[in-house]
Amino acid sequence: MAKRIDVSGLSAYYGAHKAIDDISMTVEPRSVTAFIGPSGCGKSTFLRTLNRMHEVTPGGRVEGKVMLDDENLYGTNVDPVAVRRTVGMVFQRPNPFPTMSIFDNVAAGLRLNGKYKKSQLNEIVEKSLKGANLWNEVKDRLNKPGSGLSGGQQQRLCIARAIAVEPDVLLMDEPCSALDPISTLAIEDLIGELKERFTIVIVTHNMQQAARVSDRTAFFNLAAVGQPGKLIELDDTERIFSNPSVQATEDYISGRFG
Amino acid sequence: MSHAIQDRPVATVKRTGSLSSARLPRWSPIAIAAGSIAAGIGIGVAAGWHSKIQWGMIAALLFVLTTYALTTKVEGSRQAKDNVATSLVWVCFVLAVVPLVSLAWVTISKGMEVLDVYFLTHSMNGVLDAEAGGGVYHALLGTIEQVAIATVIAAPIGLLTAVYLVEYGGGKLAQAVTFFVDVMTGIPSIVAGLFILATWNLMLGFGPSGFAGAMALAILMMPVVVRSTEEMLKLVPNELREASLALGIPKWRTILKVVLPTAIGGITTGVMLAVARITGETAPVLLLVFGTKLINPNPFEGAQSSLPLYVYEQYAVGTDAAVSRAWAAALVLIAFVMILNLVARGIARWKAPKTGR
Amino acid sequence: MATTTPDIQRSRRAKSASRPGDRVFSGLSRGSGITLLVIMAAIAGFLTYRAALAISKDSTNFFTTFEWNPAGNPPVFGIAVLAFGTVVSSIIAMAIAVPVAIGIALFISHYAPRKLAKPLAYVVDLLAAVPSIIYGLWGAIFLVPYLDGLNKWLNEYFGWTYIFDKANDGPARNLFTVGILLAIMILPIITNVTREVFLQAPKMHEEAALALGATRWEVIRMSVLPFGRSGIISASMLGLGRALGETMAVAVVLSPSFLISGHLLDPGGGTFAQNIAAKFNEANEFGRDALIASGLVLFAITLLVNGAARWIIGRRKEYSGAAA
Repeated sequence: MAKRIDVSGLSAYYGAHKAIDDISMTVEPRSVTAFIGPSGCGKSTFLRTLNRMHEVTPGGRVEGKVMLDDENLYGTNVDPVAVRRTVGMVFQRPNPFPTMSIFDNVAAGLRLNGKYKKSQLNEIVEKSLKGANLWNEVKDRLNKPGSGLSGGQQQRLCIARAIAVEPDVLLMDEPCSALDPISTLAIEDLIGELKERFTIVIVTHNMQQAARVSDRTAFFNLAAVGQPGKLIELDDTERIFSNPSVQATEDYISGRFG
Repeated sequence: MSHAIQDRPVATVKRTGSLSSARLPRWSPIAIAAGSIAAGIGIGVAAGWHSKIQWGMIAALLFVLTTYALTTKVEGSRQAKDNVATSLVWVCFVLAVVPLVSLAWVTISKGMEVLDVYFLTHSMNGVLDAEAGGGVYHALLGTIEQVAIATVIAAPIGLLTAVYLVEYGGGKLAQAVTFFVDVMTGIPSIVAGLFILATWNLMLGFGPSGFAGAMALAILMMPVVVRSTEEMLKLVPNELREASLALGIPKWRTILKVVLPTAIGGITTGVMLAVARITGETAPVLLLVFGTKLINPNPFEGAQSSLPLYVYEQYAVGTDAAVSRAWAAALVLIAFVMILNLVARGIARWKAPKTGR
Repeated sequence: MATTTPDIQRSRRAKSASRPGDRVFSGLSRGSGITLLVIMAAIAGFLTYRAALAISKDSTNFFTTFEWNPAGNPPVFGIAVLAFGTVVSSIIAMAIAVPVAIGIALFISHYAPRKLAKPLAYVVDLLAAVPSIIYGLWGAIFLVPYLDGLNKWLNEYFGWTYIFDKANDGPARNLFTVGILLAIMILPIITNVTREVFLQAPKMHEEAALALGATRWEVIRMSVLPFGRSGIISASMLGLGRALGETMAVAVVLSPSFLISGHLLDPGGGTFAQNIAAKFNEANEFGRDALIASGLVLFAITLLVNGAARWIIGRRKEYSGAAA
């Protein structure tokens, strides 16, 4: 049940500091949208406003609207817990729960949201691990702690955990930056498969990665250090990397700065 | 998916339809708390309970139960659990604050009744139990002497032990020392007192004295000094040591001139906190120093007094005048300990950047 | 390599031997460490020796006798009442203090507004330094009268539970009050240690739970509490050690007797440390040895508690070692 995200006039703050300024964009369902830009341009902050994780940071505050199909994530009476249940997230560093087994890690989100029979749980966990291309590697040690896996496997375990609850959207915050090239390739392949079912937004520092995995790319920039980050342009990935319409984008992509 | 699986009902993920849900208004916890307190007082008065503790407990119980009932009804069971956890945490906070505030308030208000310059500068010489007057001078003097002697014994041993563990350690001996420092931290103060009693007094035949008490206090102080100094030395970056050694400076001079000065702020704090801790110890002093009404400036001979012991003795006498004196002495003691603590923490904050944290 | 290594070692040794300063300083610091070990050995040794002197002349079983009369002829003394009182009051203290301390620690680390959390942590730090005799004074003069009413109420409505049945109508100078006072005393130390551990819980696991749609309580249950478990245990053991050995507060509050009673609200009973403080002044040399014997038991119990804590923490580390 992939959904469309429609952002309008969104600004985010850390205390008095404005981190991103007046961003509007549309993220298409069943596609991969990549956010690129120099460090500190607010792309990760913006990503975290899409599932209301930004307000968890002390002093974090958001203005503007984020529509998920026809519901405003920041509307009154909207429960942030329900938002995060619907918009899943994968983090920069793999973070499986250290005290839980592989099985329990995948089932963690399900157990929060309702009661399941053991057989149902088994089925969903298997389906999710298969969806994350991890099943064959771990099917014999589902009861071992998830922290015993390699970095790339742990990250796929986190993806399995996120997709187990069948979110509408999957946010990925530099999911490969802590991984080796082979694990990175595995995750990139996986992203290509997952976009059949989910709306995917990925923040990346690696422009080749953005070019490889995404359908559309958004370029963020900031005027100077300490200034809020802004969305410069959002277009089909091919256009952004071949013929961007803004000079700053071209400068960044050709490596002239950042 | 194979056909065999498709025949069975496929497990589906459960989810709620909408993102928004009914919430209790923001002010509801305050309203529930106010209502619960009112009800608690009401029930308490109606039932004629004298103890305010019961009123408070009823209020706390009502607060948690009402929160649970209301959120279950309005927001659902998951939110209810969350809210109950929040309200329980708040109840714990209040539960802890009430006795501790009461302790501070009672000590200060009761202590101020008698405390004045006369009280600080006179002993109990010739003062009858039921009589007002007298003071803590002899006890204050005793405490300062005993704590000073204990520090002189314990601080160097503790410091050098920590240096040994951090700079020279690694062998079996260091492991044993680490283990027994941990064990020593857990020794009840009365056991330390009994040890000195068994050796110094019963075996060697010495009478009670400030020095005997100081030795027991030193035993209690040593492990604390070792632990805190060890922590501080570990914070000194290795690059500093290597830089100094690379200049051809011998290890002992490196430790004395580079490592210890870098950590000196933290070490001072640790020692002062340890001093504050032993200042309040009563049990070993009771066994070894014995207590007296007179000023005895010589810690090596004859009974002395000390502040905590004075508090205990005056309380045990039980007359109004004596209990007032106990409160005043308690206030002096608490002020003494708190000033040590505040100064120690001040030093820690002031010196903190230099330790490279 | 095999032939050169000894040479290098020899030259290094030769160098350090040539510097008397190094030898003296390392000798001094090693000597201090050894001094500490000697003190510990001496404590165990001398206490055991004096205790043996006393117990060998005890005319009854030291562990099961309900009486303390070492001056009698023949001397009769046993620690059964003291062991009971010490254990019961410590259990009450732990049952109250541990959950409340976890609550306060969570309050400071995860619930309180930041402006309140910092000063609060500071105040709790300071409270851990309040001398026990002051808790005792406050307990005897203030807490006891307040608890009188609670005692009557518990007796009236929960008397059927046996433990709250109050047969003796004296003031609340009983093991129940002692337990509550001990709980208040060990609260700051347990809170401090658990708070430190909770604050160290990795943010990334909390975020993982949040991103799955967990409520604040679920986040704490999934990521903070499992991480903090060994910290909670060691903090509790630290508190238990304090409660077991606390002398003055108990001596001031309890009205002791040499009887074991399951009625916690009845005045009476005693603890090891309290008994030593109370009986010390009237005891002759043999009586003091008898008290030393009881102190030795207390010492052994605290050692066991500390050892158990260390063992639990060690095992936990092994279990979650891969996690760190």
